[in-house]
Amino acid sequence: MKRLISGLPLLAAVIFGGFFLWGLNPDRDPNEIPSVLISQPAPEFGLDPVPGLETPGLSQSDLVGNERPVVVNVFASWCVPCRAEHAVLTRFMEREGIRLFGINYKDKPEDAVKWLNDLGNPYERIGSDLSGRTGIEWGLSGVPETFIVDGDGTVLFRYVGPVVGPDAVERFTEALTQAGALPNVAES
Amino acid sequence: MVPEIGHFALALALALALVQSVLPIAGASRGNAVWMKSAQATAIGQVLFVAIAFAALMQAFIVSDFTVRNVVENSHSLKPMLYKVAGTWGSHEGSLLLWILILAVFGAGVAWFGSNIPAETKARTLSVQAWISVGFLSFLLLTSNPFERVFPPPLDGNDLNPLLQDMGLAMHPPLLYFGYVGFSIVFSFAVAALIEGRVDPAWARWVRPWTLAAWISLTAGIALGSWWAYYELGWGGWWFWDPVENVSFMPWLLGTALLHSAIVTEKRDAFKSWTILLAILTFSLSLLGTFIVRSGLLTSVHAFAVDPERGVYILGLLAVSIGGSLALYAWRAPEMEPGGLFRPISREAGLLVNNLILAAATGTVLFGTLYPLILEAVTGDKISVGPPFFNAAFIPMMLALVVFMGLGPFLSWKRADIAGLLDRIRFVAVLAVIAALAAWYLLNGGPIMAYLAILGAAWLLFATLREWALRIRLFEVSLAEAARRARNLPRASHGMTLAHAGVAVLMMGMIGSSAWKSEEIVFAAPGTEVAIAGFDITFEGAAQVQGPNFIADRGTLVVRRDGELVTTLFPERRYYPVAESQTTESAIRSTLAGDLYTSIATPASDQVNNAGAWTLRILYEPLVNLIWIGAILLVIGGCLSLSDRRLRVGAPRRAKQPATDAVPAE
Repeated sequence: MKRLISGLPLLAAVIFGGFFLWGLNPDRDPNEIPSVLISQPAPEFGLDPVPGLETPGLSQSDLVGNERPVVVNVFASWCVPCRAEHAVLTRFMEREGIRLFGINYKDKPEDAVKWLNDLGNPYERIGSDLSGRTGIEWGLSGVPETFIVDGDGTVLFRYVGPVVGPDAVERFTEALTQAGALPNVAES
Repeated sequence: MVPEIGHFALALALALALVQSVLPIAGASRGNAVWMKSAQATAIGQVLFVAIAFAALMQAFIVSDFTVRNVVENSHSLKPMLYKVAGTWGSHEGSLLLWILILAVFGAGVAWFGSNIPAETKARTLSVQAWISVGFLSFLLLTSNPFERVFPPPLDGNDLNPLLQDMGLAMHPPLLYFGYVGFSIVFSFAVAALIEGRVDPAWARWVRPWTLAAWISLTAGIALGSWWAYYELGWGGWWFWDPVENVSFMPWLLGTALLHSAIVTEKRDAFKSWTILLAILTFSLSLLGTFIVRSGLLTSVHAFAVDPERGVYILGLLAVSIGGSLALYAWRAPEMEPGGLFRPISREAGLLVNNLILAAATGTVLFGTLYPLILEAVTGDKISVGPPFFNAAFIPMMLALVVFMGLGPFLSWKRADIAGLLDRIRFVAVLAVIAALAAWYLLNGGPIMAYLAILGAAWLLFATLREWALRIRLFEVSLAEAARRARNLPRASHGMTLAHAGVAVLMMGMIGSSAWKSEEIVFAAPGTEVAIAGFDITFEGAAQVQGPNFIADRGTLVVRRDGELVTTLFPERRYYPVAESQTTESAIRSTLAGDLYTSIATPASDQVNNAGAWTLRILYEPLVNLIWIGAILLVIGGCLSLSDRRLRVGAPRRAKQPATDAVPAE
């Protein structure tokens, strides 16, 4: 019995060692959190517009039946990285011609309106997710997050965190190109 | 030329380590005194050669020798001198060299000061220490040579990550490593004892000062890292349960357990195999920390450049050292005879509970840290474990620990007198409850857990002070007599009182700054006013300033309370052109009552920039400075205990002896 107990630490160490060996696999990227939504239809949701804003609301039906993929960005005025990301997304909208939809996550309408008035509004539609219910449907791990949704409403790509900085923009552009969300690339 | 000398010195150190890993231990089993003695020379030779290599690398950094790849990748000619020096250990290779240097220093320390240790034990211990040296020196030379040249040499370097260019962080790795690696010698002692098959109170006495020295450095290192995160990262938090924070915290928790269980082995000849196991596991966790940071196994802000080949090499090292020592333990530990008996209510039992809680807490942190990896391996799911898990699992355990921490010192060895104990602590318990109720009345609001924690911290503080007062019979005898008694108490006893009180102070800081923190994030144009925690803050605007190797946007914030000027704060957002990265330099008004913490961020779009608006983050963190004060108390307590006569490691006696001899510990 005593011998058995003395061997326990060794056993635990061997088990941990096995996991470490597995974990060293060079193809593994511990930073990546995949979404269960990938290649699934976008979740069922219907959001009212942000009060005080002319932009219409957003629901699942808006994501179905589009000619080309659209981008759904989850943002909030209280989210500091969203400010930085806002400029990047605006540039994508203006220069690359992506269609950008927004989900305003747990944000006071008046704050959101002020934020968009200050920074500009690149969104075609914005749904106000005051309760955070839709965020749960989308499986958010935080704000901001950005999804690429195919014309038939299938989720193609998820980006966690702000699309800011050369690496992130490159990854995002690549995903947009692959999805065919960039009109000029899709045509050529 | 100098880098080649460094490289050559490393090879020589490896050769010496190889000799030291065989000769002394063979001598110990054959009774060959000359072979055993050889460890003395090789251990000191090793530290000399590794120090030469380290100095050579440092020289390359100081003169900005851009023919050395490591310097190119981690330095820049415009960098301030302090950070050029600190850059020596800013990279994977350099920090590993520092690791090995400290390993050699501890080996030489035992060789030099361990004149009171029997020759066989010393020879075996130094051989085991040399095994570790061989492993890491070969790792450095084979996979991560810090002296590699680059041709053609570039005109200037890539600069050290600006986040790391901070005084706190320049000192953080050396201290942390001193702690991590300090446990190596304890590990070597433990393995040597297992080989000998004998552990006795004398063994515990030789080990304790080394454990204590490592523990002090680790405490200081962790506190500095936390302080750095608080001041530099600009998030206004001091602990994030980041995997790399966790891997430095686990050896600390287990090292704390070891420190206490070694007392039982020393005083009562009990807990022997447990102490040995703790010694092995503490260093194993230190090794694990080294491994995780360098292998890209888990994601973290600290991770060095990922290289799977290195990861496999370190894993091999770990398998041999941890697996080997635990196998030895499984084989030899059952033969160790159990020591002194004790009753369920006694000092031993108190320390046993302390050990169990600390071990369970370590297990919890280990589980939370590795769970994402394990889950991914088993089910393929990827998750991250965040603060909610750790807070929910860890805090209740710490509260239980605090209850026993207050109680423990009152208990006597073998068998404590329950009635007397209750009599002595009743007053303390009442006082703690009053303190918690008073906090409730004054603060009204805040999580219930915070009040329980206040109760725990107050209990610990009062119990510690009460125990100290009992020892010197404060208020029972005249003040002069009490002072005389205080002087005559062993320093280890004062050390314990200080360290335990330090934990109470630390807790107060943690509770205040996490439960009663207020935070405002505003998008501010000049003239914007923000009110927080009784302060009125006016944003006057921001201007661009030029630093030695950075350009900064500096905001000006005027802080007033009740219309009166308190201070003016200048938070900065720095841009380092060479490294192409930005850092936040928060501006903080620090008082004992709390920190007013401000940071500034660049506005997102150009359109807004023209309007002169900025993102300001303003926090008020009550009592946060008590965390650093508590940590300092822990370190001072440790140092006091280390300076106890009983623990001095056969160091040459200092000329000045204390006037009265220390009374033997009871």
